Amino acid sequence: MTELEFPFDSEYIIKKRKSIKRTLLADGSKRLKKKIAVFGGSTTNDIVVYLDLFLLNNGIEAEFYQSEYAQYWQDAMFPSEELLSFKPDIVFIHTTNRNISAYPCVSDSKESVNQLLDSEYGKFQQMWQKIAETYHCPIIQNNFELPFYRLMGNKDCSDYRGRTNFINRLNSKFYDYADKTEGFYINDINFISASYGLKEWSDPSYWNMYKYAMCVDAIPEFSFNLANIIKSVFGKNKKALALDLDNTLWGGVVGDDGVDGIQIGQETGVSQSYYEFQSYIKSLKDLGIILTVCSKNDHENAVAGLEHPEGALKPDDFIIIKANWENKDRNITEIASELNILPDSIVFVDDNPAERGIVQAQIPGVSVPVMDSVENYIINLDRNGYFEVTNFSEDDLKRNEMYKANAERAAQQATFADYKDYLLSLDMVAVIDDFLPVYLQRITQLSNKSNQFNVTTKRYTATEMEEVFESGEYIRLYGKLIDKFGDNGVVSVVIGKKDGDVLNMDLWLMSCRVLKRDMELAMLDRLVERCKEQGIKTIRGYYYPTAKNGMVKDLYGRFGFEKISEDENGNTVWQLDTSSYQNQNHVIKVEDNTSIK
Amino acid sequence: MDTKTIYARLNKVFRDVFDDDSIVVKPNTTADDIDDWDSLEHITLINAVEREFKMKFKMGEISSMKNVGEMADIIASRAK
Repeated sequence: MTELEFPFDSEYIIKKRKSIKRTLLADGSKRLKKKIAVFGGSTTNDIVVYLDLFLLNNGIEAEFYQSEYAQYWQDAMFPSEELLSFKPDIVFIHTTNRNISAYPCVSDSKESVNQLLDSEYGKFQQMWQKIAETYHCPIIQNNFELPFYRLMGNKDCSDYRGRTNFINRLNSKFYDYADKTEGFYINDINFISASYGLKEWSDPSYWNMYKYAMCVDAIPEFSFNLANIIKSVFGKNKKALALDLDNTLWGGVVGDDGVDGIQIGQETGVSQSYYEFQSYIKSLKDLGIILTVCSKNDHENAVAGLEHPEGALKPDDFIIIKANWENKDRNITEIASELNILPDSIVFVDDNPAERGIVQAQIPGVSVPVMDSVENYIINLDRNGYFEVTNFSEDDLKRNEMYKANAERAAQQATFADYKDYLLSLDMVAVIDDFLPVYLQRITQLSNKSNQFNVTTKRYTATEMEEVFESGEYIRLYGKLIDKFGDNGVVSVVIGKKDGDVLNMDLWLMSCRVLKRDMELAMLDRLVERCKEQGIKTIRGYYYPTAKNGMVKDLYGRFGFEKISEDENGNTVWQLDTSSYQNQNHVIKVEDNTSIK
Repeated sequence: MDTKTIYARLNKVFRDVFDDDSIVVKPNTTADDIDDWDSLEHITLINAVEREFKMKFKMGEISSMKNVGEMADIIASRAK
């Protein structure tokens, strides 16, 4: 809902909170259900009211627990029965500089201020550890906003006796803890209060009358910022940008003005603004956000514009460039399917309100930030928190590299006359063996997101996969593939259930990252080897057609299985005799779990 | 600003805040007359009234106002 996206109108949200909630709940969308415990050091009611709205807008329906007024410490350290049975999925600690128990005095020595700092920090640290032990769930903790007055004036920030200095030091200690603790996040109210205006934010009448630690008008901004962390923790971040070109990535229309006529670079204020925006987008790419182009343009004009020598972005930075005269909603749907992501994980960036309107109407859940004027582009994208970082994994860093490596492989393929020579030149090494605990999460993830190279499309929850892992009734294989361009990670999973001397295949899937690499043959070789070791004479394969898995319709046929039945829905059953099987992979060197350290 | 206009605009604010189109405020209306009007909603209400009339209540006024009539009197003396 646009009313709940940055830049939003707090006044409107405050006034219409009840009808907004009614509208959100009536939209019929399916939402994640989560429990959020709010431990407050001041009044939290309105914070929860707006947090609820922003989370609903991000696909999360939350149930809340709120401490009695200012009981955050008691609730954390001595949890009540009510709280224990509530079992929060996340704990938010709403403390502010109003909750600091003692500040330095002007007469204090350096040592005594250090002690004060340690004891203040100790109180919090003890609380965080207790919460982590009790609930085993993520914790969100406010840092501290700056004090609204400065006893020593400017010296307040540099003198150890200053409140400003004390708060900054305490914040640093919080950051060190956050840096080394998984599942612990800082809600940066120091930034938000500064951005809002510390003077208005800290209006003391709200504390003295209502025990709110900030002015009421600022609460929607506060809750919005907090909601971004929560939705990111629960996996609701966006994944890709679909960017318009003309008047979005540069000023002017490249088709009309020519490459030399567009505004980008250092020449004018306007061209500098576009350059700054391009640089921002390029940094998002480094965070692992996938960049694509969605522009009404001739393809060659689009590429020429991106090759402008003064631009920060280059055609190479984009995984997909859709520059044509099709409707944009259609291009975005195609981008989503080519990237194998859902359309609602795309953010569409376009200066044209008509295009934005169409895309918003046609693709439910897609985000369409207001891009009204180039000087606002960065802040309107940034503050919406589409890509809020909570867990920055190796995979994020490598995502664009992985796509890039795929492109390089494709380029090299062109130089080999014989496909087998090309495959051999990749120096592929696979690890194929029984599951290892360290890969279980990835294996489960693959079973839930692989749609195309997946013969049964059987989904497993983490618990179900654990059961398969611990049971003796299955033959399980995972496959990991490395080549000279990089490590593709775990890309294939095979599970078969034993029934006497027959193995019934429950699952055979592979990531489309490694299509046409003979990885499936290497998996089959290993499977047959394991079957023979365990006295399995027959492997029975099943194919259940879906809208997406047409590419493996004949997988078992290509493997050399014999088709034994087919029903009217296209479900097929295949069979292989293990005794006469000959290995089929000749291009990948295969290792086992002993190669994993 | 005349009293009639003040009540008309106040009425709209009350209906928005309490999400109830049946509300009709009168000078003697108090928190007891409106279901959702508790101390927490009071904060939202004061805030919305201040925005509507582009004025601020003083701290002392907020705690001493007895009914909508007193609120309207303060508005009449200060609103732009």
